[in-house]
Amino acid sequence: MRIAVASGKGGTGKTTVATSLALCLAANGGSALSPAGPPLLLDCDVEAPNAHLFLRPSWEAVWPVGIPVPQIDPAGCTACGRCAEVCAFNALAILGSGVQVFPELCHGCGSCTLACPEGVITEVVRPIGVLRRGTAQQGIDFGHGELSIGEPMAVPVIRELKRQLNARPGQLVILDAPPGTSCPVVEAVRGSDFLLLVTEPTPFGLHDLRLAVEVGHALGLPMGAVINRDGIGDDSVIRFCENEGIPVLMRIPFERAIARDSALGRTLLETHPEYAPRFRELAGDILRQVEGAR
Amino acid sequence: MKQLVILSGKGGTGKTSLTAALAHLAHDGPCGVPLALVDADVDAPNLDLVLAPTRLEEHDFVGGDTARIDSDGCDACGLCLEVCRFEAIRQTGRHFEVDPMACEGCGACFHQCPAQAIRMQPRVVGRWFRSESRYGPLIHAALFPAGENSGKLVTLVRQQARCLALDRECPGILIDGPPGIGCPVISAATGADLALVVTEPTAAGMHDLERILGTTQHFAIPTWVVLNKADLVPEVSAQVMDTCQRKGIEIVGRIPFDEAVTQAMVRGEPVTAFDRQAPSSLAILQIWQRIVAGLFGGSIDTRVERLDRRERA
Amino acid sequence: MRIMITTTKPEFDSPVDPNFGRGAYFVVVETNSMEWQAYPNPAVGAPGGAGIQAAQFVSEHKAERVISGDFGPKAHQALMAAGVGMYLAGASASARQAVAHLEAGELERLGGSPRQGSKSGN
Repeated sequence: MRIAVASGKGGTGKTTVATSLALCLAANGGSALSPAGPPLLLDCDVEAPNAHLFLRPSWEAVWPVGIPVPQIDPAGCTACGRCAEVCAFNALAILGSGVQVFPELCHGCGSCTLACPEGVITEVVRPIGVLRRGTAQQGIDFGHGELSIGEPMAVPVIRELKRQLNARPGQLVILDAPPGTSCPVVEAVRGSDFLLLVTEPTPFGLHDLRLAVEVGHALGLPMGAVINRDGIGDDSVIRFCENEGIPVLMRIPFERAIARDSALGRTLLETHPEYAPRFRELAGDILRQVEGAR
Repeated sequence: MKQLVILSGKGGTGKTSLTAALAHLAHDGPCGVPLALVDADVDAPNLDLVLAPTRLEEHDFVGGDTARIDSDGCDACGLCLEVCRFEAIRQTGRHFEVDPMACEGCGACFHQCPAQAIRMQPRVVGRWFRSESRYGPLIHAALFPAGENSGKLVTLVRQQARCLALDRECPGILIDGPPGIGCPVISAATGADLALVVTEPTAAGMHDLERILGTTQHFAIPTWVVLNKADLVPEVSAQVMDTCQRKGIEIVGRIPFDEAVTQAMVRGEPVTAFDRQAPSSLAILQIWQRIVAGLFGGSIDTRVERLDRRERA
Repeated sequence: MRIMITTTKPEFDSPVDPNFGRGAYFVVVETNSMEWQAYPNPAVGAPGGAGIQAAQFVSEHKAERVISGDFGPKAHQALMAAGVGMYLAGASASARQAVAHLEAGELERLGGSPRQGSKSGN
């Protein structure tokens, strides 16, 4: 089962909830909640990954990830321009007497390679980030992607992270999604069984929660909400969830102590063990909702 | 004309709250500078929630193209499925369909289909708006959920703001940027005269601060830092200050953690309008004064000059 | 000599468009006869790489020089590869004026060193 943790708005506590959920499942590894043992946590916020700061995995492997970009053999190229014609992203252009490639614009679709009538295009992988794999506390399998600074495209890194880091049979997967509601989030969340939305009870929180809920609907996913920093704003988020039929599975009140501990890189379960039963309940609720949806 | 972009790396550090307050001070405050305002966080635009804008214009935004298979023309050869690198072709028996959310718009399937049964169609994936807010003209946009091409939409709103600022003779553009460091951030930041990075004294904040500073450096954008919720964890604040000092980046403001910010947000106002004497408001005023001095040539407006400009605008 | 200028309107007396890649129109002018034509810029709606597509358009029209408000780094790279001279319009009030300034040697020409970091002409 794959649980995606997203929010719409940044800074609501996705990583706090995702890491706590992972720790809870690991502590209950072997039980009905997590029969295949500790879960796999994938930090899909490849622009600004943070989960590793809390779970502190020992890294077992690091490897580059990239986009296959065209390389044109000048000897065989007739400058017919077909490659530039088919490229939807202007990554190829006929300028002067030859073809110029602009690798930063290339999406790696392979269309030019297929279209070249002379067959003189080969593809070379251009690295845009790295993937890392490791094991964290309590046997949690951990993976994340990190987009290289200056690179625009997060989606290919997220795609490869999910493709290359596979769960053991029956292992639960938790995906910590990036903020926002556009393609990086969709890439992270696609294929999941449940969308857990972490929000805050403020106007910004509510506005972005609505958008995240629409993503959930577009992907046909069962959803639940966690209201973090409860008490700082008003009750419009709770009323929205009620009206939309989105179960509020946990409310974490704002406490300066929790904020401090998180600031110091400590997980919620570590510093506030009284949350352990509440996360067990959360996991149970999610499982039940997913079973129900099936 | 100067462009100031508010960034963060990590989400939730307070970019939009700060942008709204700066917009208010630029318009009403003791140092007035008429600004064109842009909400470049097109995925999750929040600036309008605290600026009370009146919408004047609304336009469709077309991202890239999306492929569409004409089932009449399709002879189920499956080549599109083979060719697609984005898992955007779904097959059920002899029926092939494009998943519009996964489709990258590359056209590989369109060009390769032997039956020519695929068409590339433009898709409206969002809207952009020109509004008049309490504190000046606002260009903002909303990408539909699961939309793509946010970078292109960000570029568009920035261009619109440039035209608007030129028309209205605004000396500056204030851009509320998105979180992260990828394409939308790059589009929001390139060509800006100054980036103000809002960070917080947390482990995650510090980690992402390094990434966003690396990004603004990569694109050669002069950068200042604002430390928000500065008194939350003094030990980590000290680390942030060390990091910035090491990198030669100036911290131009320290905003204390202040409940007034959320209270103001609930009221739909910037904190500086809600309570001028709130600790965060006072800190933001100092930041604004630094910006005026550093970016707008330091002339602190007299009331008369400011009124004149308002009449002209 | 054939010169192209980015303009906001399809007229020789139009203001210069500050943006090369997404400028609204291109005015193509033959300086010996001052005959001109305007075309909509095909790159205006490009999802990315507008500067490159626009550069390709300029190259296809065999312009020797191009004038705009500014050129992004990829547009610069592309136009260098195409061998087209790039000039900044500066304070020119219109395309016509910009051409006159160019002929009088008053416009700044961009050199070969790569343009600064911007990804897009913002």
